[in-house]
Amino acid sequence: MSEEEPLVRVRGLTKIFGEGDAAATVLRGIDLDLARGELSALLGPSGSGKSTLLTILGTLLRPSGGTHHMLEQDLIAARDAERTRFRSTHIGFVFQFHHLLPDLTAVENVMMPAAAAAGRETRAMRSRAAELLDAMGLSDRREYRPAALSGGQRQRVAVARALMNEPQLVLADEPTGNLDRQSADQVITLIEEINRTTGTCFLISTHDEHIAAHCRRRIDLSDGNLVTPSA
Amino acid sequence: MRYAAKIAIRHLMSTPGQTALLMLGVALGVSVFIFMSALIGGLATLLTQRTVGSIAHITIEMAPRDPAQLVRGDDVQLVVQKDLSRREQITVWEPAARLSEAAPGVTAVSPQIRGSAFVQRGQAIAPVGVIGVQPDKLSAIANIGGTVVAGSSALMPDGVLIGQTLADDLGLRVGQIIRVRSDRGRERSFRIGGIFALGIASADRQALYMSFNAARALFDLPNGISRIEVKVAPAGAAPGIADDLARATGLKVTPWTKDNAQLFEALDAQGRTGTIIKVFALITIVIGIASAMLLSIMRRRSEIGIMRAMGASRTLVLGIFVLEGTLIGTLGAVAGALLAWLSLLPFPPVDAVKGGGLPIDRAQGDFLLAIVLTTFAAALASILSARRATRIDPVEAIGQ
Repeated sequence: MSEEEPLVRVRGLTKIFGEGDAAATVLRGIDLDLARGELSALLGPSGSGKSTLLTILGTLLRPSGGTHHMLEQDLIAARDAERTRFRSTHIGFVFQFHHLLPDLTAVENVMMPAAAAAGRETRAMRSRAAELLDAMGLSDRREYRPAALSGGQRQRVAVARALMNEPQLVLADEPTGNLDRQSADQVITLIEEINRTTGTCFLISTHDEHIAAHCRRRIDLSDGNLVTPSA
Repeated sequence: MRYAAKIAIRHLMSTPGQTALLMLGVALGVSVFIFMSALIGGLATLLTQRTVGSIAHITIEMAPRDPAQLVRGDDVQLVVQKDLSRREQITVWEPAARLSEAAPGVTAVSPQIRGSAFVQRGQAIAPVGVIGVQPDKLSAIANIGGTVVAGSSALMPDGVLIGQTLADDLGLRVGQIIRVRSDRGRERSFRIGGIFALGIASADRQALYMSFNAARALFDLPNGISRIEVKVAPAGAAPGIADDLARATGLKVTPWTKDNAQLFEALDAQGRTGTIIKVFALITIVIGIASAMLLSIMRRRSEIGIMRAMGASRTLVLGIFVLEGTLIGTLGAVAGALLAWLSLLPFPPVDAVKGGGLPIDRAQGDFLLAIVLTTFAAALASILSARRATRIDPVEAIGQ
């Protein structure tokens, strides 16, 4: 991979839901590059296509048109199983609602992406998950189940889970949207620190200007179109 | 698969009440399966014992010969009349007896000399059917030795055993002398050595047992015998064994089912009824587990979605729910087998069943079969349901 090659490159990305009269165009030809180590905020009103763009970048959804490359791999041409493996290895997710598995402890939730890919849990996974929880300030909550954690703590566990497989890209969809100001600040500060220390690229969807102010790049989306130039 | 097992167990333990109810449902289905197997099997055993327990399962006799033809034309046929005074006998019987003893499934073989005779004691006379047996094979076919109510079951050279009804009709007691006149016109005195009560009216009224050699003299059969009676286990195997023996000996071989076809059909129908009931019990288990798994999948839709989003393969998701359903099925089946075993304990063995009691045969309970079939059925039901889990769209399930 050349120095100039971005981590993610999409060109002419479109997404249309439904068919015929019921068809709704959500993304209208997005051109976007994301570089390694970026910390970007994706802003836009509700319905502007932020979540759809994130799910396409995360290989959870196939676009209707355009190209999508990450690490120089053509993710549109890839089969479902390949996309699943790629997602597991290179992409992490943080959602507005923590979506932790209620039957697993905090440390088991953090391990889940690695264990699910390997088909088993290992000591090395547990050790890394514990380190991540320590970094999130949750060393005393490792064996707690999600129901016993506060909203902020759950979201920090979710951030740790997104980092478990050491992904190059973390996609965060309104990660603080369900938190109070203090918890939201804790989470975004953590993300900034991880981005600085590990060089992981973060794309954070938000409509909170305060959160966007923590990011070094701002990408505005309006009615399925990018308002800000792609790079 | 270890991770799938861990998640499956966590799912089951997160809702212990629901899991226990599901397992109870499976356990009840399995216990019905086992109870019906034990009951239908026991009933068949009881009916067979009561009906064919004291008769030969296979009878080997000389094949009837067609009369010799002297002239055969379009309008006339001249044949030699069958000599009715000549007794049908198996002259070379030892090889047939040895073949019968060696046949798989055969439990007893009794060469016999049979004939009609009259018993006379003073002025009293009664017709009897004489059965000459080797003394050590007195009880090989009917349990004569076990039903002796007076005297001894030992067959002495000059002794006979008679049924209780015959003894009552003629006023006979053990130790008394009787005269026996055969249909060959030979007559001899015998001492009554024992009186039996088999519980079969025809035998208790008309059967008279004597030693092989005494019968030879009485019926003019210096070498041959009348028939070979054979017992097999299970009794239902008699037709197949009879076919084999017929081919091997070239004699006329008749299984008990030929003369008791209606009973055999009834037992067969009863067995089929039991199978249908067991199949329905299994179907109920499959439906129960499938619906429970579908509910579980619907309830855990977002969890499945998040796992898929985090890189879990469809195989892992399938594995989790298949293991979940299979665990419910297996543990429920084991619990059901235990429940059935405990519930069958108070029932006496089939041999000891009195009037009105249920003939339960625990040995025919099909415990292992019930567990294995239920486990397979649970796995099948889980696979059918879990396929839906693998089709869940992570984006829709997460609801972002």
